Amino acid sequence: MSFFSEENRTLAREIIGRYPKRRSAMIPLLHVAQAQAGWVTEEAMVEIAELVDTTPAEVLGTCSFYEMFKREPVGKYLVNICATMSCALAGAAELMEHAEERLGVRAGGTTPDGLFTLASAECQAACTEAPCLQVNYRYRYRVDTDGFDQLVDDLAAGALDDEIPPHGVTARVRQHIPAGRAVGAVPPEAVNEPPVWIAASASNGAGSA
Amino acid sequence: MSDATAAEAAPSTVEVTINGVAVDAQPGELVIAAADRAGVHIPRFCYHERMSPVGMCRMCLVEIDTGRGPQLQPSCMVPVSPQMVVDTTSERTQRAQEGVLELLLINHPLDCPVCDKGGECPLQDQTMAYGPGESRFVEEKRHFPKPIPISDLVHLDRERCILCDRCTRFADEVAGDPLIDFTERGNETQVLTFPGEPFSSYFSGNTVQICPVGALTASPYRFKARPWDLVETESTCTTCAVGCRIAVQSSRNELVRYLGVDIDPVNHGWLCDKGRFAFGSVGSPDRVTAPLQARTPSSTTSDIADAEPLRRFQPTDWASALGAVAGAVKAARPGAIAVLGGARGTNEDAYAWSKLARTVLRTDHVDAQLSDGLPAELAVGLPAATIDEACSADTTLLVCGDLREELPVLHLRLRGAARAGTTRLVEIAPTTTGLTRNAVRSEQCRGGEAASVLRNLLDGDDPLAGELASGSVVVVLGRSSVSESAEATAEVAAVISARVPHARFLVAARRGNVRGALDMGLAPGLLPGRALSASPPQELAATWGELPGERGHDATGILAAAAAGEIDVLFLLGADPLTDFPDSMLARLGVSGAGTVVAVDSFVSQSAAEADIVLPAAVFGEKSGTTTNLEGRVSAVGELVTAPGSARPDWMIAAELAVLCGGDLGFLSVDEITAEIASVCATHASAIGPDLAADGVVASGAAFEPEFPTEHVAPARDAYGLRLVCSRKLYDGGVTVSQTPALASLAADTVMRVHPVDLERVGVESGTEVEVHSDRGALRLPIVADAGIARGNVVVLFPSPHIDVGALIDVTAPVTDVRIETRGGEVPR
Repeated sequence: MSFFSEENRTLAREIIGRYPKRRSAMIPLLHVAQAQAGWVTEEAMVEIAELVDTTPAEVLGTCSFYEMFKREPVGKYLVNICATMSCALAGAAELMEHAEERLGVRAGGTTPDGLFTLASAECQAACTEAPCLQVNYRYRYRVDTDGFDQLVDDLAAGALDDEIPPHGVTARVRQHIPAGRAVGAVPPEAVNEPPVWIAASASNGAGSA
Repeated sequence: MSDATAAEAAPSTVEVTINGVAVDAQPGELVIAAADRAGVHIPRFCYHERMSPVGMCRMCLVEIDTGRGPQLQPSCMVPVSPQMVVDTTSERTQRAQEGVLELLLINHPLDCPVCDKGGECPLQDQTMAYGPGESRFVEEKRHFPKPIPISDLVHLDRERCILCDRCTRFADEVAGDPLIDFTERGNETQVLTFPGEPFSSYFSGNTVQICPVGALTASPYRFKARPWDLVETESTCTTCAVGCRIAVQSSRNELVRYLGVDIDPVNHGWLCDKGRFAFGSVGSPDRVTAPLQARTPSSTTSDIADAEPLRRFQPTDWASALGAVAGAVKAARPGAIAVLGGARGTNEDAYAWSKLARTVLRTDHVDAQLSDGLPAELAVGLPAATIDEACSADTTLLVCGDLREELPVLHLRLRGAARAGTTRLVEIAPTTTGLTRNAVRSEQCRGGEAASVLRNLLDGDDPLAGELASGSVVVVLGRSSVSESAEATAEVAAVISARVPHARFLVAARRGNVRGALDMGLAPGLLPGRALSASPPQELAATWGELPGERGHDATGILAAAAAGEIDVLFLLGADPLTDFPDSMLARLGVSGAGTVVAVDSFVSQSAAEADIVLPAAVFGEKSGTTTNLEGRVSAVGELVTAPGSARPDWMIAAELAVLCGGDLGFLSVDEITAEIASVCATHASAIGPDLAADGVVASGAAFEPEFPTEHVAPARDAYGLRLVCSRKLYDGGVTVSQTPALASLAADTVMRVHPVDLERVGVESGTEVEVHSDRGALRLPIVADAGIARGNVVVLFPSPHIDVGALIDVTAPVTDVRIETRGGEVPR
């Protein structure tokens, strides 16, 4: 039983191939895992550990360091309402209260249909557009209660599917680096020559790519 | 190239000023290390001299002036530079120390009265020495559920943790088992394992020792004692042949803890968990406490013995037990007495028994090994290398079992050396091992074929030949499987010696003091001081007198002779052939065929249960003397607790027996034996003295050059069969593990492991129980796929708890080929 889908296994292999050390692929693979399931499951961490040749404990250590890797199930849409100063002055608390009422969950909770997770967030660096929120890290500016209801309706109806992919998907278009154009997987300790810019005066080139 | 010229140009020392005193530091040395050497203590929590610095705890902040004015810098992260001025006692330094401690104590519970670390706690001590005395923190402290087990042996109390990164760094850098890591972030940061994946490292106990607070505790010691109640002596661990230096601690005459002592040439302060927690077996309630005599002749009682071993015996006193032994010895035919074992005692024990056998029992049938090591003459006679030399040779060739399972701290040393780039590891093994990841090259071979693989490499145009020819070479040579003959291993030595004459050998002997026992002549044809019986050294001949003329049998020969009814008295000196001898059929025939079997043992082992007389032996911690590690390093072992009942050291039993048999060994104390060893063994003259330093001394040289066996062509393969490889596990079916409560449950399960492709040929699912047949016998075992096994091998743990793997092995055959049968194709169970 493997966690990754066939397609994502292929993708994982490609990502690993980009780095001189397999371990470097850990965070990109955590993203792939979160994109697949919407959150990072324990099975995903075990499998990533296997793929990048380390222990699940180290994957957990890395994964848990980052707030945006969720280790509990979250809804399809993660709604982060800013609660920091500018937004607070512009009615963020009222917005949150309304959101809680509308979605029927407390901040931090997920709706029973698994569609929305509501969360209170720190400053999202959009103070000129207060109060602001993010849906799966996509901004919505100057949100009032009506605007929030409209947003929820649109999301539920799938009207924003083009703009806002489900939680975990970082981008629709994925970068693909053809094998021939990769930098060349030379581990740092295997490089004996000084960097090219230092060896510029030397007659031979650097690296053994 | 540029590195070399830079090193030449660099001065050999860097002059720095620490607290107004000029200090010559090494180039690249950290300020904290330079201060340590200069006798200036800088407080620290995260810095550990055997691991890379991380600058986590900030406790070592000191004022450092490198020409830009004094600044507070962590002394564990700053290397010395010329004209550096360091002040470790300035007012700013003191304020920094107070601040760091006040902050560390914000989240640290003040539960010192119930904390195992209290009394020996760096946080407690340094708070007293450098702390502010009071805290401004009045809020509620952080709380976590009290200790959670992170493995079977280690508990973690996260409230007490100060996040110094010592345990996690150790697990990753030193042990290579990064099963614990920091999780979460900021105030939530905590050390944890992955759910369901415990910190089951063989080295987990070290994290408990290096934890600077009471966050990590070892289950065998929790709430057992307070540090100020402990009695301590320094000693040398004899659980395996690495000989790690340890501090043995007891409370109320009971061993409660071993700590690693940092000595440069051997263990660097580390211990494996088996060694660290083995004290449990010393205090085991199953110890033999009085001499035992069988109620009826042994031949008719094996049924009773199987049911309840101890019912066969009745306790007696030493006088009658030794009298009975002496009677049997006197009644024995000439040359019909044999001594097996002796590898578990001290050098003095081994010397006494060696002398007893030769001068009183008049026999050369002695063998400390149970046909599970190298031929004795090679083991003591090969040009020897030390562990340090193996860690710094240009190439270190590993032709031995998995060192992580057999000699764990040697594994750590070699792993560290490979990571530091001070040596290149090249491995030839039938399976992947703990060091495969660190080896520059790993050749897999079928069991018993290492010599031919090596020959092909060295005689062909492989670059290895050139690498070995041009640089220094140390070969770690051991028996990678007891299911192949010792000659197969001897042949590896022959192949290397013939082609790489400058190669030196580190013999990977396993059992505690097996090297010392061989050095003391507990092998046929050998005498103390690594001499041959054929040409005894003068001093020895003068002390010992006439020696038995004929060369005796080795363990296999002794058991074969016993099976043929030629042995009237068989001494088992801490040896358990029924468990440890590779060929269990021969072991059984030998032990039951011997006339009188006398077991000198601390437990009623399987073999002792078959004995006629069991003499209780004192063990490690209960006797003093010296021990010899696999390098030939002689170091002292200390006596701390009293042996249970009337158990006594092996040497004392030998000395008394000698008198009862009409002889006299000529010594009445350990010190007298030590002195006699020093006087009769040229190799040990300088090594043994009353004040042996912690590092011990390597007894070097041998009185002879070993003869190598002729090289053979690899034995023919059975195309349909698999080659049996008996691998070792640290937690095996041996008595140290089974009698140590903390370790007993960790003993490995017995399964057969084969390469997945081979399993496919067998045609069953991984985990299925199958029948395995050799020419000798058959067993039923689960079979499991393991990609780390070389094709054509089937790997089984030896000795196995509950399963008699030796039933498959014929000790006289060069290798053991087996066939796997799955009863008519149907999957059993």
